[in-house]
Amino acid sequence: MTQDASQPVDDWPVIRTVGFDGFLVSFSDHLSEGANRAALAFRNALEGESWSGVEETSTSLVSTYLRFDPLSQSHAQMRARLMSLLETQDWFEAPLHSGRKLWHVPTVYGTDMAPQLEEAALLAGMTAEEAIASVSQTRVRVLTIGFAPGQPYLGELANAWDIPRQTELTKAVPEGALTIAIRQLVLFSVSAPTGWRHIGQTALRLFHPEAEDPFVLRPGDEVLFEPTSPDALSAMRKEDRNGGATYEVLT
Amino acid sequence: MSAEVIIHRAGPGLTVQDFGRPGYLAFGLSRGGAADRLALAEGAALLGQGEACAAIEMAGTGGEFEVTGDVIIALSGAPMKASVDGERLPWNTTHVLGQGARLSIGGTEAGNYGYLHFAGGVGGRRLLNAEGAHLTAGLGRTLQAGDQIALGDCTAKGEAGMTLDVRPRFSGGTVRVVPSLQTHIFGESETARFEASEFKRDARGNRMGARFLPSGDGFQAASGLSILSEVIVPGDIQVTGDGTPFVLLSECQTTGGYPRIGAVLPADLPIVAQAQPGATLRFKFVELAEAVEIERRERDYRTKLHKAVRPLIRDPAQMHDLLSYQLISGMTAGDDMEREAQ
Repeated sequence: MTQDASQPVDDWPVIRTVGFDGFLVSFSDHLSEGANRAALAFRNALEGESWSGVEETSTSLVSTYLRFDPLSQSHAQMRARLMSLLETQDWFEAPLHSGRKLWHVPTVYGTDMAPQLEEAALLAGMTAEEAIASVSQTRVRVLTIGFAPGQPYLGELANAWDIPRQTELTKAVPEGALTIAIRQLVLFSVSAPTGWRHIGQTALRLFHPEAEDPFVLRPGDEVLFEPTSPDALSAMRKEDRNGGATYEVLT
Repeated sequence: MSAEVIIHRAGPGLTVQDFGRPGYLAFGLSRGGAADRLALAEGAALLGQGEACAAIEMAGTGGEFEVTGDVIIALSGAPMKASVDGERLPWNTTHVLGQGARLSIGGTEAGNYGYLHFAGGVGGRRLLNAEGAHLTAGLGRTLQAGDQIALGDCTAKGEAGMTLDVRPRFSGGTVRVVPSLQTHIFGESETARFEASEFKRDARGNRMGARFLPSGDGFQAASGLSILSEVIVPGDIQVTGDGTPFVLLSECQTTGGYPRIGAVLPADLPIVAQAQPGATLRFKFVELAEAVEIERRERDYRTKLHKAVRPLIRDPAQMHDLLSYQLISGMTAGDDMEREAQ
């Protein structure tokens, strides 16, 4: 039922149970572009299968989660179905689903709106200008959404950005804060304490509970955080619910 | 126009709750809903209405309520001191709440979460297909003195003077657990020690989860393993850096990096939610196949709950005994659930 941790696992993917009514299909034990792609593609395939008894699917960084009703079909049956679907292709090479979006999100880097740009740049061995260029020119993917509703983990950035989270938490970053650590970005959907360094500020609200479609981003979407000035951002915040962010659909 | 509930006084942890919002895990939103789902079902059975009708969840202490038209109410979950215009109401029963009468609900006598149900349900603000407040996600809010809530439109039989014998679950006990995705990294000796240990419910806890202090040393996963954040579901027993287990409840986060030693079965989660600070808890591993049977029996039990509802015989000669039967000892300041989990 579970893998023995004392044995090195090199035979990915691995299927494990999650509590009483879930399965987790993991494609790696560390984040990589391929494992994230595999998790997204496998979830998309699962959704397409529409198996009866499946209640929900989601993805984490490198895994696909499935919740089902074990009273309508057994764990053994569900495991067998997962295994046969896994065998249909090499998920690390699978194309990502169509209909994903590429978002352009106006971002103020540094200034008093995002006070940790220089500190993060120093850790990455860059000047502030180099850091802005490096982050703003990298098209990052929504690797997963979690922690708070609609809040994305994006990546991966260049190796230089493999910087640790700070040990002391920042008391609170504001909603829309762009933060950085371990080659990833987190764009905050709520104001929250965090150990990630605050390098940019956007005016994008990620969660609209009253809207028909309450979540702005979906796993697999891509984002460019394009530099703008504090004055321009302030104007966009007033004029537009998405704080000047626009998107195009990827085909 | 349907009647409204007027809240004159509100404890700090009053929220509208239902079965929450399953299906948004991929968007970082946990399902939320009532901390004690069995209590929600019991109230619905007492009123002869659907389980999905929303009720008012009261953490630790209740409040004072009035309705603008006569309505049948039911009380379930953690027993609390309740009275209408000074007359004591027994718990796990239905009553008429007359227009203008004052219903007063005090602190819990055991457990943490009491529920006030109205025939027809309460009509909270519907967001993402549910009415239950999800405070950490910013959906809904705690109820305050001065609030007025419309009653819902659930179809209810709604008969006063009914009662239901409920499963005791308000002072800890043994909860059944299945191994989960990271159980193996603790190793057999740690999981055996976990199962043999006794835990006391810590004061730290809320709708997100509850912390349990072991009688002996904390529990450690195999060293040197860095664990990637993975999906979290209610019931997961997360072991934090100091080796202390934290059982996740309905309003938990959706992902987390702490390893999980097991997962409490849905049928036993109400025992965890209702364990008061200081209550003793034990964890017992069961096989997955047994867990499925437990869940089958639990669902069967719930669908038959309405058949167990019976008239409360209010023979005045027996009133004294009846009332004292409800007076289980044990009180809290009522604010235990308000302390932040982290």
